[in-house]
Amino acid sequence: MMTIDELNKIKQATLPNMSLRDGTEGGENIKSTFKRQVLLCRGTGCTSSKSDLLEKKFRELIAEKKLEADIDIVKVGCFGLCEAGPIVVVYPEGTFYSHITLDQVDRIVEEDLIGGKIIRELLYKGAIDEADKIKSLNEVQFYAKQERIALRNCGLIDAECIDEYIAHDGYFALQKALTDMTPKEVVDTIKESGLRGRGGGGFPAGLKWELTAKATGNQKYVICNADEGDPGAFMDRSILEGDPHSVIEAMALAGYAIGSDQGFVYIRAEYPIAVDRLQIAIDQAKEKGVLGQNLFGTEFNFDIEIRLGAGAFVCGEETALIASIEGERGMPRNKPPFPANKGLWGKPTLINNVETFANIPQILLKGTEWFKGIGTKESPGTKVFALGGKINNTGLVEIPMGTTLREVIEDVGGGIPNGKKFKAIQTGGPSGGCITAEYIDTPIDYSTLNELGSMMGSGGMIVMDEDTCMVDIARFFLDFTVEESCGKCTPCREGTKRMLEILEKITSGNGTQEDLVRLESLAYSVKDASLCGLGQTAPNPVISTLQYFRDEYDAHINEKRCPAGACQDLLEFYITDKCIGCTKCAKNCPVSCIDGKVKERHVIRTAECIKCGNCMEVCPVDAVIKQ
Amino acid sequence: MEFIFDMVENEDKIKELNYIIQEKRTQKGALMAVLHKAQNLFGYLPIEVQRIISEGLNIPLAEVYGVVTFYSQFTLVPKGDYEIGVCLGTACYVRGAQALIDEIKKDLKINVGQTSPDRRFSFIATRCIGACGLAPVMSVNEEVYGRLEAKDVADILNKYKND
Repeated sequence: MMTIDELNKIKQATLPNMSLRDGTEGGENIKSTFKRQVLLCRGTGCTSSKSDLLEKKFRELIAEKKLEADIDIVKVGCFGLCEAGPIVVVYPEGTFYSHITLDQVDRIVEEDLIGGKIIRELLYKGAIDEADKIKSLNEVQFYAKQERIALRNCGLIDAECIDEYIAHDGYFALQKALTDMTPKEVVDTIKESGLRGRGGGGFPAGLKWELTAKATGNQKYVICNADEGDPGAFMDRSILEGDPHSVIEAMALAGYAIGSDQGFVYIRAEYPIAVDRLQIAIDQAKEKGVLGQNLFGTEFNFDIEIRLGAGAFVCGEETALIASIEGERGMPRNKPPFPANKGLWGKPTLINNVETFANIPQILLKGTEWFKGIGTKESPGTKVFALGGKINNTGLVEIPMGTTLREVIEDVGGGIPNGKKFKAIQTGGPSGGCITAEYIDTPIDYSTLNELGSMMGSGGMIVMDEDTCMVDIARFFLDFTVEESCGKCTPCREGTKRMLEILEKITSGNGTQEDLVRLESLAYSVKDASLCGLGQTAPNPVISTLQYFRDEYDAHINEKRCPAGACQDLLEFYITDKCIGCTKCAKNCPVSCIDGKVKERHVIRTAECIKCGNCMEVCPVDAVIKQ
Repeated sequence: MEFIFDMVENEDKIKELNYIIQEKRTQKGALMAVLHKAQNLFGYLPIEVQRIISEGLNIPLAEVYGVVTFYSQFTLVPKGDYEIGVCLGTACYVRGAQALIDEIKKDLKINVGQTSPDRRFSFIATRCIGACGLAPVMSVNEEVYGRLEAKDVADILNKYKND
């Protein structure tokens, strides 16, 4: 049986293995087991760039040199700065190596691990400051403005080792709740903290817990929604890959609070690493006795089962998710009754998102005052955003609510690459909207984003520069929702399809002003009349681009021109006066529509051009442009 | 393109499927899990396999077919030895995934969602696989290639063509 003494024993025994790393509480006073420690990111991003092979190579070399007792290799979850992957961090210095390739492993082992010399040219570019001083991982600007609660263990602990989680006060919250608190006190704590659902809607989590706790039923269920379908969002995956135990602990806490003994994690099958790690974590938790029967010597039992999705975006909607766990087509159901009263197999069910759960153990341990001290009054705490698109530091960032978009883009994100101009930021994925440069100083929380016609959503943040066509982006998202609409209700099934057709008409240069009127009125009808969140929010990308970028729609319609140069049908290739008359373009044109003599400026006969772009590619002086 | 399911050739796999069905039949909502396992076994879910599942789990074939066709991960046509996927998540799209798709189409002469007649290659546009930091990405089976441009496609495909 697991007890508080046993937890403390594991913690004390494990801390020396972790004390070298930054972020280990009191680490400087604990004598480390190892002299050096190498942390390797094994999240999906870095594993895609071969960090699994790096790990193997490091282990081989360390074994070969018989240094296992001194140098420890730890595979951790996502550091967040995916752009710099694969990431290797060496402690105690916190040396931050980025973009490491297999043939550089030798050097790191020889020069740094054995020789004790930091290899400057392999460092992450932001790890050297203006004064040429080397910064450690936590001093790098990308991390400086972040405040990590949900991601606190990601990139810090070995996700496949429950002892390391316990050493970071893991399962202490569960122990405290089960032995010192009544279920009602747990619910009240979450309510008091003001934590709001991080999956999109921002519904107060405590209220959901209270409703489910009050519902009557002989069986209740806890579901963790890990069906992270928003393209461009991957915080839930990273939490499950980097710190799966925090979700397991929180689900058990939820089970205790509402009176349930069975949990389900519904996770996308597209996330194989996360599924594996979660299963390992569940098995370890059962083995240690923090999951299963009579937890911490009480009457409380709790078990967790994994259920795999199969690629349907709509299953992120809670009633559709429930239908999918029941083995049916994942179609949303009418609300009310809400899942809190009638959910999985008709029983009261609590559904929270991964990131919401990841906050909960910390709230119970550190108290509601601590949590409310972070973020804004309306939306306490932090939010994890997946920063992507045209930005230098792509990756995961966790910032206090109320941080401005400017801080996220310029300070954390490091600005736009290639000196291009910021145009808009898209939040909330296919359900969200675009926010323009004008509003870049808006502090981020649920209500401010809604007011701007966008939404928090699950936290995708895609930055767009001047080369991104806003009409095309609206078309892209509609294409997504048309594909993902489940077809149950007519407004969404037919309405989104018709909207897409209008957008395609416009991006191919055949749109009229009447189309715009129709598009706009259709958008509001779909928004008002759809059954579930998918349909109700699907028109948002259209509505917000129409609001802020009407001039781009007009240019497509009136002038048959795409200002961003992205809509292929509207592009014309053009040779500027930079042309040196080398004839390369004319020779490479598959339809021979380029005229010109040697050493004279060439001209494209646009009527015959098939827009293949060959001329642009072969031009040695970049004289060919798209316009 | 018709692909024929050979019951005799697949005898062992069918046995295993029946074993999985027996194991899962008492579990509530087992259909999705069984379909996942069946697809792992056969690579796709032909009507013959759906019929076995329908009878084994005592769920009408129409319902099984309904579930199979609802979820984009389940497929009714066999996959190729190499499944080429191009991520069409927002981050990849903004960074030029469409150009990769066009290039692959041209190179393999199959469209998105199709399998080449020799079953060597199949081609899908995937939902966000979460490697947004490496956008745009393509994958070949489990292997992921990131930070690509259209001109990189041919080299990657050639690696598998000559395999």
